[in-house]
Amino acid sequence: MEKNYVIVGNSAAAIGCVEGIRQVDTKGSILIVSDEPHHTYSRPLISYLLWGKTDRQRMKYRPDSFYEDNKVDTLFGVKATALHPEEHTLELDNGETVTYGKLLLATGSRPFIPPMEGLDQVEKKFTFMTLNDALALEEAITPDSKVLIVGAGLIGLKCAEGIFEKVTSLTVVDLANRILPSILDEEGSKLVQEYIEKKGVKFYLSDSVAKFEEGVARLNSGAEVEYDVVVIAVGVRPNVELAQQAGIDVNRGILTDVHCATSAADVYAAGDCTVSHNIASDQDQILALLPNAYMQGETAGIEMAGGEANYDKAIPMNAMGMLGLHMITAGVYDGEVYKEQNCEGYKKLFVKDGKLKGYILIGDVIKRAGIYTSLIREQTPLDEIDFDLIKHSPQLMAFAKKERKVKLAGAKE
Amino acid sequence: MKRVYVNEEWCLGCHLCEYQCAFANSGETDMVKALKGVKINPRIQVEEGDGVNFAVQCRHCEEPLCVKGCISGALSIKDGVIHLDENKCVGCYTCVLMCPYGAIMPGNGTAVQKCELCLNNSCGEPACVKGCPNAAIVYEER
Ligand SMILES: Cc1cc2nc3c(=O)[nH]c(=O)nc-3n(C[C@H](O)[C@H](O)[C@H](O)COP(=O)(O)OP(=O)(O)OC[C@H]3O[C@@H](n4cnc5c(N)ncnc54)[C@H](O)[C@@H]3O)c2cc1C
Ligand SMILES: NC(=O)c1ccc[n+]([C@@H]2O[C@H](COP(=O)([O-])OP(=O)(O)OC[C@H]3O[C@@H](n4cnc5c(N)ncnc54)[C@H](O)[C@@H]3O)[C@@H](O)[C@H]2O)c1
Ligand code: SF4
Ligand code: SF4
Repeated sequence: MEKNYVIVGNSAAAIGCVEGIRQVDTKGSILIVSDEPHHTYSRPLISYLLWGKTDRQRMKYRPDSFYEDNKVDTLFGVKATALHPEEHTLELDNGETVTYGKLLLATGSRPFIPPMEGLDQVEKKFTFMTLNDALALEEAITPDSKVLIVGAGLIGLKCAEGIFEKVTSLTVVDLANRILPSILDEEGSKLVQEYIEKKGVKFYLSDSVAKFEEGVARLNSGAEVEYDVVVIAVGVRPNVELAQQAGIDVNRGILTDVHCATSAADVYAAGDCTVSHNIASDQDQILALLPNAYMQGETAGIEMAGGEANYDKAIPMNAMGMLGLHMITAGVYDGEVYKEQNCEGYKKLFVKDGKLKGYILIGDVIKRAGIYTSLIREQTPLDEIDFDLIKHSPQLMAFAKKERKVKLAGAKE
Repeated sequence: MKRVYVNEEWCLGCHLCEYQCAFANSGETDMVKALKGVKINPRIQVEEGDGVNFAVQCRHCEEPLCVKGCISGALSIKDGVIHLDENKCVGCYTCVLMCPYGAIMPGNGTAVQKCELCLNNSCGEPACVKGCPNAAIVYEER
């Protein structure tokens, strides 16, 4: 088989790539290879599926006609096993070899499972990454289930939210001394933890499972937690094996330039499997986030088709809802702090070198958060805007009149 | 494409556009019935400043960050108009995080809400523009 474009993966980065390619090249042949056997679906919606807030049809990331509309051939339930950049070929586990013009690695990430004593003996244990994971978990739980979730990070807590109404008890254990350590500061963690605890979820922090015994998990602290179902959600690792074996530069994630090109000619990479450059901290890191994955994929697609695009404004950014409490966070928590806390919610802004570097918003104060995000992404010097005005509530009034004309009146920059 | 543009010099800060918006999207045919005693949650918001006022609503961006970031695929581009499929939206607020104009916001139910130029309601053209007494917002190509 021969194709102009081959994409490994069928999630946010892959779909971004298809849409990027089609902005430039409406004809070239595209093949998507994915080991998951489903039409593209929204990975973050698996918790909403269990919660009953969406269904299999509505959680499709693109309409049923997407592949047809975009003239994309698909191989679902097929895994790519080897990549040969010199020959421009990709080997598949169905025995076929595909020759490509340009290739995108959008292989995403997978759950990390640390060695834990007795875990192999646990009958009902799950991770929470894929639609199949969610369906298997749904099948395993009963109204009498006592669920133990290891990891109070984003995935662990989204899983908790998804099954909260369906089980008897939910216990979450985390090694860190607070919940959601990757997106909140200590005060914020405490606030959100109190909220979730009031709903009936139990936490063990600065703790982990020392040993799983039948029906009981013994924690490092000596505490015992009864369970019948275990979910492991202690972090994700990028899928880099294909790239690694092909001799492509990898450092934890696949390394790319601003055009999402890898070190091998005609091979691009996007999404959770890559390393991004976080412009808020000026450091390289893996940003396993859907908006970033989509935008990287789109950039790669445009470039693969001969257009020009840059992915050069990456920052960490999360919108997270937890049983009715919403939080939005972005950037890095470094620099001078502006804090507001009242009945509306909790807000922290972090300013350094005259620029907004990060923010944490919890509760009703999330409104118009994107105005803050844009200040971080665009690295806007704060002396060019009325920062005192914008500190309290994000608004376009804080920008100079000339800038407002561009934003609201169609003036050219 | 026709968009709603602001002439901030003309804006009185009267908030009429907000009421027109809330009414147009209420599904009601009677304005009093639609708005009486209701705390409105319009898709257009008037910002008030020191002698300056202006209304802000979705810019229908050519590179819509909300669409790129939407985790569910609920936001899409339809002939240049940024469209929300309320049925798909789960209210995660990733789009609120992404929109540089603060123009997409929590709605009255689970889904968020945004201006769709009244193409998705019975009005058919922006009610805010029609109702503005001072032409401080206009609907045109620029
Ligand atoms: C429960 C949950 C909730 C989340 N919520 C949010 C959220 O609210 N906001 C947010 O920003 N992010 C969220 N995320 C993270 C988000 O889902 C990811 O960042 C995003 O899906 C990354 O997209 P991707 O295309 O890079 O990779 P993935 O979605 O991981 O997809 C990669 C695909 O490639 C396939 N693949 C890998 N290797 C091969 C191979 N060799 N051959 C064939 N196929 C292969 C995989 O099976 C997979 O289907 C959430 C994640 C989870 C699990
Ligand atoms: N915005 C959202 O709503 C959302 C939701 C889900 C996932 N995501 C993204 O997906 C990615 C992965 O999320 P994640 O939840 O896997 O990562 P995470 O880093 O948020 O959480 C991992 C958690 O596991 C804990 N941990 C690590 N080892 C442990 C051990 N041995 N025992 C107990 N606890 C342990 C860590 O302290 C941490 O709290 C993130 O990049 C996240 O941004 C976002
Ligand atoms: S909601 Fe915001 S980002 Fe989306 S199109 Fe409108 S103005 Fe642009
Ligand atoms: S709130 Fe709705 S429209 Fe906005 S990103 Fe989430 S699913 Fe998409």
